[in-house]
Amino acid sequence: MKNGQFLRENLQGNRLALTGAGAWTSVNARPLEAQIDRLRQAHPAVTAVTIDMAPVERLDTFGAWLLERLVRAFETHGGKVEVTGLKEDYRGLIDEMHAVKLDELDRRRGATSISYALSSIGENIVAVGHSFIAIVNMFGALVSALLRVVTRPLSFRMTSLVHQLDMVAWRAVPIILLITFLIGCIIAQQGLFHFRKFGADVYVVDMVGILVLRELGVLIVCIMVAGRSGSAYTAELGSMKMREEIDALQTMGFDPIEVLVLPRILALIIGVPILTFIGSMAALYGGGLVCWLYGGIAPDIFLSRLKESIALNTFQVGMIKAPFMALVIGVVSCVEGMAVKGSAESLGRQTTASVVESIFLVIVMDGLFAIFFASIGM
Amino acid sequence: MATATNGGREVVIEARGVEVGFGDRLVLKGADLDVYRGEILGFVGGSGAGKSVLMRTIIGLIRKRAGSIKVFGNDLDQLRDDERRAIERRWGVLFQQGALFSSLTVMENLQFTVRENLNLPQRLMDELAVAKLEMVGLDASVCGKYPSELSGGMTKRVALARALALDPEIVFLDEPTSGLDPIGAGDFDALIATLQRTLGLTVYMVTHDLDSLSTVCDRIAVLFGGKVIAAGTMETMLKSEHPWMKEYFRGKRARAAIGAREAARPASGG
Repeated sequence: MKNGQFLRENLQGNRLALTGAGAWTSVNARPLEAQIDRLRQAHPAVTAVTIDMAPVERLDTFGAWLLERLVRAFETHGGKVEVTGLKEDYRGLIDEMHAVKLDELDRRRGATSISYALSSIGENIVAVGHSFIAIVNMFGALVSALLRVVTRPLSFRMTSLVHQLDMVAWRAVPIILLITFLIGCIIAQQGLFHFRKFGADVYVVDMVGILVLRELGVLIVCIMVAGRSGSAYTAELGSMKMREEIDALQTMGFDPIEVLVLPRILALIIGVPILTFIGSMAALYGGGLVCWLYGGIAPDIFLSRLKESIALNTFQVGMIKAPFMALVIGVVSCVEGMAVKGSAESLGRQTTASVVESIFLVIVMDGLFAIFFASIGM
Repeated sequence: MATATNGGREVVIEARGVEVGFGDRLVLKGADLDVYRGEILGFVGGSGAGKSVLMRTIIGLIRKRAGSIKVFGNDLDQLRDDERRAIERRWGVLFQQGALFSSLTVMENLQFTVRENLNLPQRLMDELAVAKLEMVGLDASVCGKYPSELSGGMTKRVALARALALDPEIVFLDEPTSGLDPIGAGDFDALIATLQRTLGLTVYMVTHDLDSLSTVCDRIAVLFGGKVIAAGTMETMLKSEHPWMKEYFRGKRARAAIGAREAARPASGG
């Protein structure tokens, strides 16, 4: 692009006369901007500027803004600027541009990357605090809804509970059976492979028994439930929130917690222990099958060894954890569902957050339970 | 470029015999329409009559079965892809729900087409986005917000600013005042009129709002039965004896809106 195409300059002492030319439109904005920025730097000492815009063929917002920027650039250095020859049609546009305030933009741009990083850390910590408060809040609302339902048992949504049980427990049975069975097989196979090196094959039964009943059974089931039902809860409640259905419920005098959240969380509290039991049995079955086929440990030996290695409390530890984990998954997924705002994107974000948060909390809870059970000697 | 003129006024959009159908239902049965440069055209018709369909056909979102559409004198069917894109850059569209990209901030929404079409420095794009926001009556404080955080009126204004991002010559507005309260709708009408004057825009407005029609529109076109049955000023509309138009422009609801305007300027010959 030829230099001086859009602005011709004529310097006399400290007076600068500029003459515009060409089309000051969006397609030419880049070279025009370059020229304007160069002009400002080339003449820092100029005190009076005249800009003749008469030869400019066309002017759009881009050109008008750049003219305004040129004027402001000289005015901030104490120069006097006069624009002449503007077509009357463009007067309104120039006035609009003249009124543009960039303070806010400068303030935003002034933020450095360090302050941005710090503010984003701060925002995240505040967000974590808010979500913790939201969880406690939901827990409180849940307890109060439960108390209300206990005093008026007829108001409890039995149909909804049965429907949710069907969705989260009964329909989850096949996938839970399959996955826990496979996990049992894999643990037994790995155990056999490594224990065999020092002739400790038979201890595989101890390992499978304790690991499955105490930890893995309930963990695998909870992770599956968080991914399968927790996300469904968030999406259901979230889309109801998005379409103002929850507000509608509230105005009709129903408590959304009582109608929507309580049956869902109760269904999880009932369903997850059952699934944990089924899953643990399937994992033991898978472990026993691999011990027999791959390790040559006959089923009757497996069973008698299992009886010796585990006690009732091993089984209890796993089962006691299940309803608490279910509660955490339920509360987190419902809180996230209720936190959905207007957009579809927010629904997706909350659903992801719900699954990630519930799995994280389930594992943290598992660690706390391990410390607790160790200290009471279970 | 051949530019058709009609009585000395330049025709920027010329639709002839446009037929559009869905399945075996024909929505537009040969619609003819002229839009002149620099005017605000209000396009009316019953719900489901195909007002939005004609607009969407002109901007190329719906395929037509027959007829021709010329924009700036170019037949849209005979253009190569790059020529068509060049034409598309000369118009902006305000969709009914705003259609702002929900995953981008207001600022990013405004810069989206600019970034794709012009190679400009970030600083200039930021300043222009603020300038556009101020032109539509907002300010820089909404820059960092996401569309879900905006109210209905703000969404429409941001969407209008986005439609104006590339300084188009034509803007298509699909029911710009729907969902706004009467004061907000009035402000929005005034805004459109101001921008039209400032930027020399041609405005094609699909609307139901009789207030918009009587206050800002230069001309009104009526779609009925798949055809444009009338086009002209409000006065012409009021004189029409077509039953639907009579009901529309002289019905109970219309009298309240138009009567107020007539009362305000008694010397008018309407």
